[in-house]
Amino acid sequence: MPFARFVQPGRVALVAEGPLKGKLVSVVDVIDQTRALVDGPGSGVSRQQIRLNQLHLTKFRLKFPFTAPTRVVRKAWTDEKLNEKWAESQWARKLENKEKRAQMTDYDRFKLSSARVKRNRIRTPVFKSLKMKAARNGTFGKKKIPKTPVKKPRTKKETSAKKPAKK
Amino acid sequence: MRSHGGSNDNPTPRLFEAIYKKCLIHTELSQTSTDTFICVNFFFLIPVLIFYMAPPKPKEVAKAPAAPAGGVTKAKVGRPRNYDLGNGVVRFSKTKMFHKKAKYKFVGKKNPKAEKPKKPTVVVKQIGGEKNGGTRTVLLRRRKSFYPTQDKMVTRSHHKTFSKHVRRTRPNLTVGTVCILLAGRHAGKRVVLVGVLPSGLLLVTGPFAFNSCPLRRISQRYVIGTSTKVDLGDFKLPKHLNDDYFKKNKKSTKRSVKRKQGEDIFASKKEKYVPSEQRKTDQKTVDEAVIKAIGQRDDKKVLRGYLKSTFGLRSSQFPHRMRF
Repeated sequence: MPFARFVQPGRVALVAEGPLKGKLVSVVDVIDQTRALVDGPGSGVSRQQIRLNQLHLTKFRLKFPFTAPTRVVRKAWTDEKLNEKWAESQWARKLENKEKRAQMTDYDRFKLSSARVKRNRIRTPVFKSLKMKAARNGTFGKKKIPKTPVKKPRTKKETSAKKPAKK
Repeated sequence: MRSHGGSNDNPTPRLFEAIYKKCLIHTELSQTSTDTFICVNFFFLIPVLIFYMAPPKPKEVAKAPAAPAGGVTKAKVGRPRNYDLGNGVVRFSKTKMFHKKAKYKFVGKKNPKAEKPKKPTVVVKQIGGEKNGGTRTVLLRRRKSFYPTQDKMVTRSHHKTFSKHVRRTRPNLTVGTVCILLAGRHAGKRVVLVGVLPSGLLLVTGPFAFNSCPLRRISQRYVIGTSTKVDLGDFKLPKHLNDDYFKKNKKSTKRSVKRKQGEDIFASKKEKYVPSEQRKTDQKTVDEAVIKAIGQRDDKKVLRGYLKSTFGLRSSQFPHRMRF
């Protein structure tokens, strides 16, 4: 598959390292094979050059002519509603979750793991029974499993424990 | 002048002064001589010299310093004109200060040192009698009558013993903090910090009913303090729970003691530790306070489970990157 994202004027990128780590910038001009001039009026990044291996290219692209001044970039940024679009993207959410995980304290980790245990206790037997049923019908896998009396799933709290939101 | 890489051969004020003085002397000499023509020539030269080489200031060097005003005046205490800009850089350079302070006025000037009259140390005394020399010089201050033959004992400031060292506990280890033990037979357990003893060791408890960790001392080095804290309120440790209380009775296991008691010293019998009644009651009183404090929290059930569970690391978990 050919490349779909290029270092080109208007390309929005995430800074992956350095002092600007985690901020969005837009490429304004390409200086040479390793550096680009970027600007981020919507993310508090002043116009500057940056090495390309510090950038991770996103799917977004702003529309402005190359070497456009900051005010033009700002207008394109706000017109595109880039900050909102970025926040909605899967990538941004993953980053957010990663940050959440990193900020968890020991107590939080314990709470999470106990919530997961609770959830799995409900989920696993249901899943297993479904799997068995499918196997018996021949819709799951190739092997047909002979009929055996179905074991009653071991569930302590059947209904009350609702699925906790996974962090 | 000299700051331009040192390649500049313009004269410094001092150099200029020296040259100027030489000129003056020359003119004086030439004046005394009969040849007046040279003399005139020199006088003509001096203003030219000044015009070409010198900043206007060194001219004043030649001026006689103003005579001090009559009468004794109080010495003025001035404030420094220069000030530090930080990083060892001062506002005015050495040269600038030279001008600001008008030091050129004092270049080459010498204040004659006021000589203090010497106090006599000896007195010449007349002595009567014949063949005595007539006079003796006697010291006004008598010599020491005692000279020690040994060096004095020097008292050295001694090192503080370990027991007197200042103990510092990490700031996050406050009373009521939930800690993770990292060493000892209770390693991995989450316990509650009850206090810090004078020896600097932390006093922790499970509570015993939760994770069977008793009241125990442990070094803060072997503990991770978490951000979870139990509010113990105005709980105070019983005073008798000090370092001596937790010391093991090592004497009873010594051979000499055993021999005296008529025990077989070679028998490697392991004595089972049985907590005394005192310990049990103390455990109870401390744990009661802790459990009560936990019970007052909204998340008491979760917190109990938390204290009952043990700490462990999974793959891709690094304690130095984690928050606790």
